[in-house]
Amino acid sequence: MEPVIDPKSDSNDVRRKTKAEQDKANSKLAIKMIWVAAGSLLFAFALVPLYDVLCSITGLNGKTDNNAATLNKAKVDESRSVTVQFTAAVMPGLGWNFYPKQTSITLHPGQIETVLFEAKNITSQIVTGQAIPSVTPGVASVYLKKIECFCFVNQSLKPGETKIMPLRFFIDPAIPKDVSEMTLSYSFFEAAKK
Amino acid sequence: MSTTTVANHEEHHDHPTGIMRWLTTTNHKDIGTMYLTFSLVMFLVGGSMILGIRAELFKPGLQLMNPDFFNQLIGVHALIMIFAALMPAATGFANWMLPLQIGAPDMALPRLNNWGFWLLPPSAILLTLPFTLALFGIGDGALATGWTFYPPLSIQGGIGVDFAIFAIHLLGISSVLGSINIIVTLFNMRAPGMTLMKMPMFAWGWLITAFLLIATIPVLAGAVTMLLTDRHFGTHFFNAAGGGDPIMFQHLFWFFGHPEVYILLLPVWGFIPQILQTFSRKPMYGYKAQVYSLWAIGALAVVVWAHHFFTAGMPVPALLYFMYSTMAISLPLAVLFFCWIKTMWKGSMTFETPMLFAVGWIILFGIGGLTGLVLADVAADAQYHNSYFVVAHFHYTLFAGGIMGIMAGVYYWLPKMTGNMYDEKLGKWHFWLTAISFNLTFIPQFFVGLAGMPRRIPDYALQFAEFNMISSISAFALGLSQLLFVYVIIKCVKGGKKATDKVWEGAEGLEWTLSSPPPYHSFTEQPIVK
Repeated sequence: MEPVIDPKSDSNDVRRKTKAEQDKANSKLAIKMIWVAAGSLLFAFALVPLYDVLCSITGLNGKTDNNAATLNKAKVDESRSVTVQFTAAVMPGLGWNFYPKQTSITLHPGQIETVLFEAKNITSQIVTGQAIPSVTPGVASVYLKKIECFCFVNQSLKPGETKIMPLRFFIDPAIPKDVSEMTLSYSFFEAAKK
Repeated sequence: MSTTTVANHEEHHDHPTGIMRWLTTTNHKDIGTMYLTFSLVMFLVGGSMILGIRAELFKPGLQLMNPDFFNQLIGVHALIMIFAALMPAATGFANWMLPLQIGAPDMALPRLNNWGFWLLPPSAILLTLPFTLALFGIGDGALATGWTFYPPLSIQGGIGVDFAIFAIHLLGISSVLGSINIIVTLFNMRAPGMTLMKMPMFAWGWLITAFLLIATIPVLAGAVTMLLTDRHFGTHFFNAAGGGDPIMFQHLFWFFGHPEVYILLLPVWGFIPQILQTFSRKPMYGYKAQVYSLWAIGALAVVVWAHHFFTAGMPVPALLYFMYSTMAISLPLAVLFFCWIKTMWKGSMTFETPMLFAVGWIILFGIGGLTGLVLADVAADAQYHNSYFVVAHFHYTLFAGGIMGIMAGVYYWLPKMTGNMYDEKLGKWHFWLTAISFNLTFIPQFFVGLAGMPRRIPDYALQFAEFNMISSISAFALGLSQLLFVYVIIKCVKGGKKATDKVWEGAEGLEWTLSSPPPYHSFTEQPIVK
């Protein structure tokens, strides 16, 4: 597909553009392309809310719903049970000890249970922390319903103070049949300074 | 033949001389030369960084550097090679050759072009300055997160991260400007009669690259800006403590990062077929099929990003989607491979240096592509993710597929650009030294990767010692061979056998109708193409 070149011919159907025509067309197209680039910069920031929406629908990132679930009157599904394991971590910068009082619980979907976590401030200052939950597998995260959780608000501990913090939750009976085990992990961060 | 096309070049517009000529030039050939020179220098800088890494990995244990410095070298090596060596090389060729290939007097937006280049040296300084500052006790060195900037590490990192973020901003602006220029040039400045489907393949490769760049580079710019505000202005885009999500960064980054792979390769897929047809002395096979395949790959490139972090956690349907869409890229790529091979089929082939590089490129890039299929498999990726298998895979695509492709282009067009033939014997030596030492460097890395050696770690288990030793020795051979490349280029620029206008017996296209070297102003009267 190589072009045949004839520099001498000036046939009627093709014509060279004048300099002015050329410059005008160039700046027109260039401005359009700048808009495209600006549009994709906007798109990058639009992805942030889009990502959050997508995650709350699909549980893509293992985040649980951080609002108290209304007490569920649905029947307890006694035909099967789910094991929930608990892990706790303290992120760098937070001088706390933090662990679950029990490492796992087996319950029927629909059954309401309470698990206790213990946190201790080992520094000599008042420290505020925020727990961030994450569920593995991600697909199960939307079925973990929390009625009450220490992760809903910041937790403030005085120097040396120990606090027992409850988590009250149930598993939505609509949880897929193949999920029989899930891990709920809490990471305690130093609360971002306002 | 060239006399009609250079009609106006007698009229002189007082060009500044010396350094001012290069600072203020708007001539596409000057700017192309600057891009290519910059790229070569940064290629050597990035290369010497990785030789530091290979020296450390020569033996297990820590001998030469602390792990933090090791991490800095790895991240900056990647950023330099991608943004300061490969991309400017492709842009340099675009500047030099696109106007000549489509019969245009210059690029469409010459002043923008000058600015696009001069943003590069400051960004290279931003990338490397933290090393120097650390020597004087300022900051803790360059970014130590790897080139991917993953939070939370990049939120916790020192000033090196900020330097790299601003370097990315400048590099991004530079590439977006360059891309806009190329799109406008290709759409508006083609010689009368040259329809889009008569454009040279290199122009097609670059057109798609340019669209990918303006669609994805701003996303990277946005992502690193969020990182910057997270670090210094109290936002929580990626900070889990404030309700952000570090995984989201991976999505944003790779939404740019995967198309980036094709941004690096598409220009090469453009000119390699031209080299193949020149030295096979027959027309390119499947022009239309190649153009459509390039578009298909360009489109697929933006919808497969999550295969870079299968192991970060995703629902099974998402895993399957990203796996199948990734594997689907191999179909148009297979069409391209078929066309490249069929172009050579039954041609009267000769093996000058550009052709050696082009043929070697097909084989080595093929290995890179096939090992990519292994990594695209979700089940296999869980094993190979973050291992040296990945390192070897992407060096087959980016060193062999990218840099060796660029080298083919350098040897192909150097006589046109300088007017002198390069030293063919030394060129061939350079090819064989590069090809052999490249394979000896990276084949052992496939083996240690399969055996489980993780990447980006300065120390390793004793069982990997022999393979790493082979890899390190070969890496130094590979690095030293590139000094020969520099020597061949300098020798060619200084003099040598005069090149004819056509240079190669089988060369086709408008750039070969001009003298070698082409006059400073070419095609002031556009040729008519039928």
